[in-house]
Amino acid sequence: MTAAARTLERLGEPATVLAVNNVEVVYNHTVQVLRGLSLQVAEGSVVALLGSNGAGKTTTLKAISGLLALENGAITAGDVQFDGASVRGRAPHALVRGGLFHVMEGRRIFEDLTVEENLVAATYAGGAGRDFDLVYEYFPRLAERRRALAGYLSGGEQQMLAIGRALVAAPRIILLDEPSLGLSPMLTEEIFTIIARINAERGTSMLLVEQNAAMAFAVSSYAYIMETGRIVIDGPVERLMRDQDVREFYLGMGEEGAARSYRDVKHYKRRKRWLS
Amino acid sequence: MDWLFFFEISLAGLGTGGLYALTGLAFVLIYKATRVINLAIGELLMLGAYLFFGFAAGLALPHWMAILLTLLLAAVVGGGVERLFIRPMLGESPISVFMLTIGLGSILIGVVELIWGPNPQRLPEFLPTTPLFLGEAYLSSKIAAAFAAAAVMVVAFVLVFRFWRGGVALRATASDQAAAYSMGINVPQVFSLAWVVACVIAAAAGMLVGAIGGIAPTMGVFGLSVLVVVIVGGLDSVFGALVAGLLIGLLEALAGAYLGGEYKLLATFSLLVVVLMLRPYGLFGTHEIERL
Repeated sequence: MTAAARTLERLGEPATVLAVNNVEVVYNHTVQVLRGLSLQVAEGSVVALLGSNGAGKTTTLKAISGLLALENGAITAGDVQFDGASVRGRAPHALVRGGLFHVMEGRRIFEDLTVEENLVAATYAGGAGRDFDLVYEYFPRLAERRRALAGYLSGGEQQMLAIGRALVAAPRIILLDEPSLGLSPMLTEEIFTIIARINAERGTSMLLVEQNAAMAFAVSSYAYIMETGRIVIDGPVERLMRDQDVREFYLGMGEEGAARSYRDVKHYKRRKRWLS
Repeated sequence: MDWLFFFEISLAGLGTGGLYALTGLAFVLIYKATRVINLAIGELLMLGAYLFFGFAAGLALPHWMAILLTLLLAAVVGGGVERLFIRPMLGESPISVFMLTIGLGSILIGVVELIWGPNPQRLPEFLPTTPLFLGEAYLSSKIAAAFAAAAVMVVAFVLVFRFWRGGVALRATASDQAAAYSMGINVPQVFSLAWVVACVIAAAAGMLVGAIGGIAPTMGVFGLSVLVVVIVGGLDSVFGALVAGLLIGLLEALAGAYLGGEYKLLATFSLLVVVLMLRPYGLFGTHEIERL
């Protein structure tokens, strides 16, 4: 923690663990995906980043964790500050070791390694060595299957493993990219319960990218909504939940609070786009 | 049919096969970790043999010290090659990197010829020479010792690959590079490690091959048989390299003994064609194949 962060904490205000300031991202020197995006994550909080497909949510996380460079993408303007220091020019593995853990979209577990070997791989991020009791405590199902090849796990178990690897790393912040992807509503709820528990019990900050806005709102305190590479709405979750536009577009509710059919929402959305 | 003769030939073939398996391991290691098809593997093996020659015959060092220095220098060569030639090619098309390794092989031949000349040489004897009998079957003790050494190295490698944390990092990198980065694994360092270990293995194999058949700058053609081995076994399969190594060694020996020496390569390449027709990704390889 930097000196400035410590001072802030003494003053009773939560320090900012992650700050994205006016970031622009360009792929292959040609395709601009982020257009001056800014967001902040306060120490110990869960912040949701929502938006439709192709809005740039995943790119935002990759810009933060440095994985952008592997896909020929680059931050061309602005800055990302993790723990008070810029992430630009730092290798992704170095950032992970500094406490910034990215749980990538699609889980990205090592399929031909066993469950336990997947956890061993995560010990490279630092953390408390090869003691996986904590992971198995949060995810008893992984303990049962620790010798199984990870590729044979069900989708839900794979997501548990992906989050379990983050637990091994014991990071300061976890970037979570669509933990609900491809999971049944019941499993989604189970995963989110554990996400909330990890945040509450371990104090780990999280930046959560989701399509499932209702679920994301349930565990977050603050949310950003982005479209075509920039933030269009942000605010504390309680306020956004009352916001008419957010209710209609992201929670699929009509004015009277009843859920509307997806087709209506889509139709309406086509007529009214954010900030354009 | 003379079963004793058949048995003797098979033993000798398995002996050579052990060296194929060992060298195949070096090839697979690099391919698995970095997706580079290293056609210079035979020349790296040759370099190892000559380094030992230089230390043991040229400088007249004790054999154990020559072996140690050879392995050490091979590690340096492996790290250097990765750093200087391979890493700048990251992200280039596989065919460019493939061509680069061919060039590397030529350079190594040239360097060795410049230093030690083009003529074949004999390595100082460091393997036992007393003949060995298994029952009635005769077995060259050099081949037996080389096989034993190769087996020990293979077992050690497999254990390390399975249980050491670095082995996990290597397999994780092979499985999903971006995800490996996101675990905090230093991927470029894993690439380096793969080349270092592979070159040490190749040098060890080179010393053994040289001890049996003598050394020459052209002994890199051994790599051609190894290429067959890894393609038959599956480019990214350690187990495949081991099985195919023994299989090809056996096949070559039997073809050589019963059909004549000129049929050795015909036999192995026929096997290669048949395997590729039935299983395009090799006996134990992953189903996707590098398109060159």
